[in-house]
Amino acid sequence: MAKNKQTEAPTPKAGLFSYAPAPESPAAAGEIATSYGHFIGGEFVDSSGSEALKTVNPATEQVLAEFAQGTDEDVERAVAAARKAFTDWSALPGSERAKYLFRIARIIQERSRELAVLESIDNGKPIRETRDVDLPLVAAHFFYYAGWADKLDFAGYGANPRPLGVAGQVIPWNFPLLMLAWKIAPALATGNTVVLKPAETTPLTALRFAEICRQAGLPKGVVNIVTGDGRTGAALTSHPDVNKVAFTGSTPVGRAIAKQLAGSRKKLSLELGGKAANIVFDDAPIDQAVEGIVNGIFFNQGHVCCAGSRLLVQESIQDELLDALKRRMGTLRVGDPLDKNTDIGAINSAAQLARITELSAAGEAEGAERWAPECELPGAGYWFRPTLFTGVSQAHRIAREEIFGPVLSVLTFRTPTEAVEKANNTPYGLSAGIWTEKGSRILWMANQLKAGVVWANTFNKFDPTSPFGGYKESGYGREGGRHGLEAYLDV
Amino acid sequence: MSTVAAKAPGAAGGGLEDVAASEASLRRFLHGLPGVDAVGLEARAATLGTRSIKTTAKAYAIDLAISMIDLTTLEGADTHGKVRGLCTKGRNPDPTDPTAPRVAAICVYPDMVATAKAALAGTDIQVASVATAFPAGRVALPVKLADTADAVAAGADEIDMVIDRGAFLSGRYLDVFNEIVAVKQACKRADGTSAHLKVIFETGELQTYDNVRRASWLGMLAGADFIKTSTGKVAVNATPPVTLLMLEAVRDFKQQTGVQIGVKPAGGIKTTKDAMKYLVMVNETLGDDWLSPHWFRFGASSLLNDLLMQRQKLTTGRYSGPDYVTVD
Repeated sequence: MAKNKQTEAPTPKAGLFSYAPAPESPAAAGEIATSYGHFIGGEFVDSSGSEALKTVNPATEQVLAEFAQGTDEDVERAVAAARKAFTDWSALPGSERAKYLFRIARIIQERSRELAVLESIDNGKPIRETRDVDLPLVAAHFFYYAGWADKLDFAGYGANPRPLGVAGQVIPWNFPLLMLAWKIAPALATGNTVVLKPAETTPLTALRFAEICRQAGLPKGVVNIVTGDGRTGAALTSHPDVNKVAFTGSTPVGRAIAKQLAGSRKKLSLELGGKAANIVFDDAPIDQAVEGIVNGIFFNQGHVCCAGSRLLVQESIQDELLDALKRRMGTLRVGDPLDKNTDIGAINSAAQLARITELSAAGEAEGAERWAPECELPGAGYWFRPTLFTGVSQAHRIAREEIFGPVLSVLTFRTPTEAVEKANNTPYGLSAGIWTEKGSRILWMANQLKAGVVWANTFNKFDPTSPFGGYKESGYGREGGRHGLEAYLDV
Repeated sequence: MSTVAAKAPGAAGGGLEDVAASEASLRRFLHGLPGVDAVGLEARAATLGTRSIKTTAKAYAIDLAISMIDLTTLEGADTHGKVRGLCTKGRNPDPTDPTAPRVAAICVYPDMVATAKAALAGTDIQVASVATAFPAGRVALPVKLADTADAVAAGADEIDMVIDRGAFLSGRYLDVFNEIVAVKQACKRADGTSAHLKVIFETGELQTYDNVRRASWLGMLAGADFIKTSTGKVAVNATPPVTLLMLEAVRDFKQQTGVQIGVKPAGGIKTTKDAMKYLVMVNETLGDDWLSPHWFRFGASSLLNDLLMQRQKLTTGRYSGPDYVTVD
């Protein structure tokens, strides 16, 4: 036998260990219908109007499905169905309502792959995140509030707290199914019925959730889904027979809803925009801080209301930290959301891409220095490179306005007091991050920061047991945890 | 010993020459390193562990992993026959497929070095020997040095020493430093060349990530060519977070001094899937510069057969099984 020809140890060449495509199968999303109506009274029904909207895959710009633009009449039917269902649903013992919620949670777990793929296709976010973050949290929220359903007497609101009635819920496109879970799980656990309007760019997982409600045998009319754009949302929030309005989205729309509801007896909770400061001190665990910064602003393409979009770094470590951050940003993998190795997927819509592009141009025009790693972007679809602005001052638009994209503005500070001043110097107050190895400083900072959520040595961590919500123009009311029950109880 | 410590004979440049000038300066330096947030470190390692390595990337990584193995037998029951068998395996890991790459080294106890050396004659497979009273290291320094010199004299190409964990944990960093320097000295051969020195921290005994980072810098400053996680003889051996932390340390050390140091996780890495996760960490933390057996090794014994089975699956399209790889 000839002496063997052993392969030499592979020699490293530039990028030799490049990951082959590892695509999740789009077919796992299940069948996507060519057109959808609403889900009202436990049935999939056609709209009373003829106007249809289209939802596209933002990674390819291909149309996925048509869906109905909900009319006033559609909203009327949905609210009526929810009102009708409320009588029996609210009279059920909490332990019985819990059974439905537990059942929904388990079905979500069983169908999590399907839902994760569908969410990626409709939203553009990477499958790694829908699989490892969105879907586990969605199920966790239903499990968590299922547990509360028969323990409301012990939630701190007195004996036998009563539900409000019909909740009109309007959710955004950045975490379609997760925001649905944040809204529906506490509402149902407390005995309310709901009409929910998903965002007009991401209706598919909410409509799939309607199937799950049927699969779980949820009584008809307890959950109703009406699709459409802002007109449908306005019809829902202004409907006179809605007792509770819950909105997550932009501050201008939240303000409009608050005006609309002023003087009514409707209970309102708003979860709006943010411009969070992620504050890094010179004694921070640097490698983990870099990960936290990346996770803070590039998670979900930066489409996160609590994104750490302002990096406040102590001047003494600015260079070292930015070098490390740039090096790390160079390893981010931008591309096909269904590839299991993708870190940053597609921007959700052409309109959002235009806004990110416009604000980034403004950053440059105002004198901030722009940097982005070299990376190839796909031809079709909506894409934006992970981007860093240095030399940003408090007066720049990119330091004040919510960009809602993968764009980080870097500012510096010299002392803890200055860090607090700069962090709080914003109309928003949703979240903040502190990076330091000094525990006493974490506690001091957390007391000073005007933000609903303050993360210490981590960022963008969510848990159903933890209340979430804002200060100032970031909204009011809390979602999650025991606090999240209050928004749906007559207390 | 203090004479040795006066100047760091290790590779350190970049303003680090005087770090080990005194116990106080060394302590100040090590304790001035950035802290490690355990939750964040573990989360990063876990995220990298979700990378999906398929088809061509998998084939590349399997061959790379095989070529990086320090195929190891460190048992009281080791015999010359056992070591010769292992050497044969290392030269030609898959008798059914001559294209399978050879391993990087055979790792044995000092008294087996000559046997391994003879069995590997004509190949460039290295002979690595553990030394310094492996695995506990609880003997006097002269005994450790004699152990090292003996292995080098028998032909060892690489020495895997253990640090004095007791001294480290009681804060006597300079003692640990000086001992590494002394062992490095003992690695010198008569012809002026030197055996490569791998420094084992036994991270399972150091317990905290802050300790691992400090030990890594201590080892590199003292002249380690490689830093290595574990002996494989304690409850907790190589883990992804510990290895990731050491990869970050060699990255930072190179940035500061220009000197490149290798990393060797050892113990508990048994499956192809495990090996892929480690290679992904190397790839995304250090990149191409470290993707070679010169700079990254796996200390392992059972890993090789799992890699070979996965390799057979890739090349033949059929699932392999333990009967189709050799047990040595």
